[in-house]
Amino acid sequence: MSGIWLALVGGIVFFVGYRFYSKFIASRIYRLDPEFITPAHQYKDGVDFVPTNKWVLWGHHFTSVAGAAPIVGPAIAVYWGWLPALLWVLLGTVFAAGVHDSGTLLMSVRNKGQSIGTLANKLIGQRAKILFLFIILLLVLMVNAVFAWVIANLFITNPSSIVAVFIQIPLAIWIGYSVYKRQGSMLIPSLVALAVMYFTAILASYFPVLQIDFVEYFGGEGATAFTGMTATSTAFFAWIVILMIYVYIASTLPVWKLLQPRDYINSHQLVVGLALLYIGLLVTNPEITAPATNSGADDKSWFPLLFITIACGAISGFHGLVSSGTTSKQLNNEKDVRFVGFLGAIGEGALALVAIIAIVTFFPTTGDFTSTYSGFNAANAEGLGVFVQGAGQLINGLGIPVEVATTIVAVIVVSFAATTLDSSVRLMRYIIAELGREYKVKPITNMHVATTIAVTSSAALTLIPEGPNGFGSGGYLLWPLFGTSNQLLAGISLLLLAIWLKRRGSNYLPALIPMLFLLAMTLYAMVIQVFTEWAPWVAETSDWLLFIFGAIVFIFAIWIVITAFSVFRKEGENPQMNND
Amino acid sequence: MSEKKFSFKKLMEYYDEVLSLPHRTEVARELRDEDDLFMLLIYSDMLGIPNPAFYYTLELYPHILEKFHDWHLRMGMEKSPLDGIRCC
Repeated sequence: MSGIWLALVGGIVFFVGYRFYSKFIASRIYRLDPEFITPAHQYKDGVDFVPTNKWVLWGHHFTSVAGAAPIVGPAIAVYWGWLPALLWVLLGTVFAAGVHDSGTLLMSVRNKGQSIGTLANKLIGQRAKILFLFIILLLVLMVNAVFAWVIANLFITNPSSIVAVFIQIPLAIWIGYSVYKRQGSMLIPSLVALAVMYFTAILASYFPVLQIDFVEYFGGEGATAFTGMTATSTAFFAWIVILMIYVYIASTLPVWKLLQPRDYINSHQLVVGLALLYIGLLVTNPEITAPATNSGADDKSWFPLLFITIACGAISGFHGLVSSGTTSKQLNNEKDVRFVGFLGAIGEGALALVAIIAIVTFFPTTGDFTSTYSGFNAANAEGLGVFVQGAGQLINGLGIPVEVATTIVAVIVVSFAATTLDSSVRLMRYIIAELGREYKVKPITNMHVATTIAVTSSAALTLIPEGPNGFGSGGYLLWPLFGTSNQLLAGISLLLLAIWLKRRGSNYLPALIPMLFLLAMTLYAMVIQVFTEWAPWVAETSDWLLFIFGAIVFIFAIWIVITAFSVFRKEGENPQMNND
Repeated sequence: MSEKKFSFKKLMEYYDEVLSLPHRTEVARELRDEDDLFMLLIYSDMLGIPNPAFYYTLELYPHILEKFHDWHLRMGMEKSPLDGIRCC
C-alpha cells in the first residue's frame, strides 16, 4: 500500500473533524459569541493584548506548539505497527486535542486572558495551583532531560549537522539586534540566515573536515577514551555538558536577543520541512513496508503505553499553556477560537502524521523494519534516527542527494529540540522562582540560582540513565515519563474545562470523556511501568531513578483524580467564578 | 500577471506577519520598559529623588500625562499614586 493513502485518510479525518465536530463543539458546547469583547480589545496595550487577524494568530499558534515532540513520539510508537499510531494521532487530534486546545483558549478568553494555572487556582483552589506548578516543573524537567539526549544523540549519529546548528546562534543574535535597533522586517535577514545554515549543512555533508565527530575524536566506537569510559559515553557526556552550558546562557538572555530570532528561523524550517516532506511523499509515492500491527512486539503491550508514547501529535498539555498564555490575549473575536485552537491542533496532528509516514515507508522490507524495531527499548533509542533517514529518503525524491537531505532533516529536528530546550529551561527557572516566592525561600528567586538548579538537575537526569552505549546514552528511557506528565497536564486542563462547562450549564461530556480516558490510560500505564518494571522488587528491570520519578507522577495522577471527584461532587454549591 | 504578483506579495506579507508576531511583542515590551525608565527620570523629583533638570522636564508633563495614566493602570493601581499628578 502506498504511503499517500495514509496522508489521504488523515486529511479526510482532519477535514471532517474540523468541518463537523469542531462546528458542533463551537456552536452547541462552547456557544461562541461573536459579540463578546475579547481581552485583546478590552485590555489593548500594544504589547501583550493585541487584536490579531485569525490567520496570523493561527500561524503563530501553530508554530509555537509544533516542535520535535510530535516527531519523536510517533517515531517510537510505530513499534506496534502503523495502525495503532495512526488511529491515536487522528482520533486523539480531533476528539481530545482539538477540544482541549480550543477549550483552554476559550476559558482564558472568558477570564481576562488569564493562564491555565491561574484558572486552576480560581476553579479548584490554591492547592490546585501548587499542584499545577509541580506538574509543569516535572514536565519541563523531563523535557530538558529528553531533549538534551535527543540533540546529543543526533549530533553523534549525524555529525554533519553540527556546524549548521551552531552557526544558527550568531545568525540569530545578529537578526535580534538588527531588528531591535532598526525595527525592520525580519523576513529577509532570517531567510538569509536559513540559506547560510543549509549551505553549511550541504558543505558539511561532503567535507568531513566540517563534521564534528566526538566519537572519532575520542578514539572511535568501542574504544576507551581518556575518561575511562567508552568513546560514545564520553561523547554523550561532552555534548550534554556543552548543551547545558549553552542553555544556561541562552535562557538567561532577554528573549528578543536569541530565543525569538531563532524561533523565527525555525518557523521557516517548519514550513520548509513540512512542504518538502509532503511534496516528497507525493513525488516518490513510497510503499509502506512496516506492518499495520507488529505481531512481534510482545515485550511491551501497545495498550496502554501507546497513549503516553505519543503525547504531542495526539494531545498535549503543553498546548494549553500556549493557548492560555499568549494566544488568548491576541484573539480578535471569540468565534476565532474554533479556527485558531482547533486548527492549531490539526496542524500538529499533520506533523505527527507525516512523521509516521516517513518511518513506515523507509524500510526496503518488513524484515528490515522488525530487525530495527526489535524491542521497545530499541524503538526508543533508534526511532528518531529512523525518522531522520526516512524523511531524508522522501526529500531525496525531489532530486536532493540523500546525504544532504538527511543532514538538513537532522538540522531541522535539532533546531526544534534546541528551541524547546531553551524555552523549557527558561520556564523551569520561572517555576523554581515562583515556588521560592510561594514557600518564602528567597535565594532561589534569584535568576542565576534558579537557572543553576534547573540546569544541573536536568543534566543529572539526562546523564544518569544508562543505555546500551553506556553512561549518558539512556536519556530516551525517560520518554514515557515525559509523555505521562504531558498527558497529566492535558488531563487537568480538560478537567478544568469540564468544570467550567458544567458551571455554564453546557454539556461537559466532550471534555469529560477524553479526560477520563487520558487519566485512565496514564494511571494504567504508570501502574504497569512503575510496579511491574522499574520497582526495586523486579530484579531484572528495576531502576531506582525511573521508579522514583514514576512514583511521583503516579501520586500526582491519583491526587488529580481525587480532586476531580471532589470538585465535581461539590459543583453547583460553589459558583465562585463568573464566566459570562 | 500583475494580480498573481500581488497575491504572492500578500502571501509573503502574511507569512512575515505570522512569524514576527511574537518578536514584535518582545521588542514592544523592551521599548515600553525603556519608556517607563524615562518616565521615572522625568518624575523622579516627585518621588524624592533630586533631579536638577526638573524645571525643564516639568514642561513634558502635559505630553506624558496620558502615558503615565496607562502606566499606573498597567501596574495595577486604579488611581494615580502620585499626589502631584492628577490624571484620573
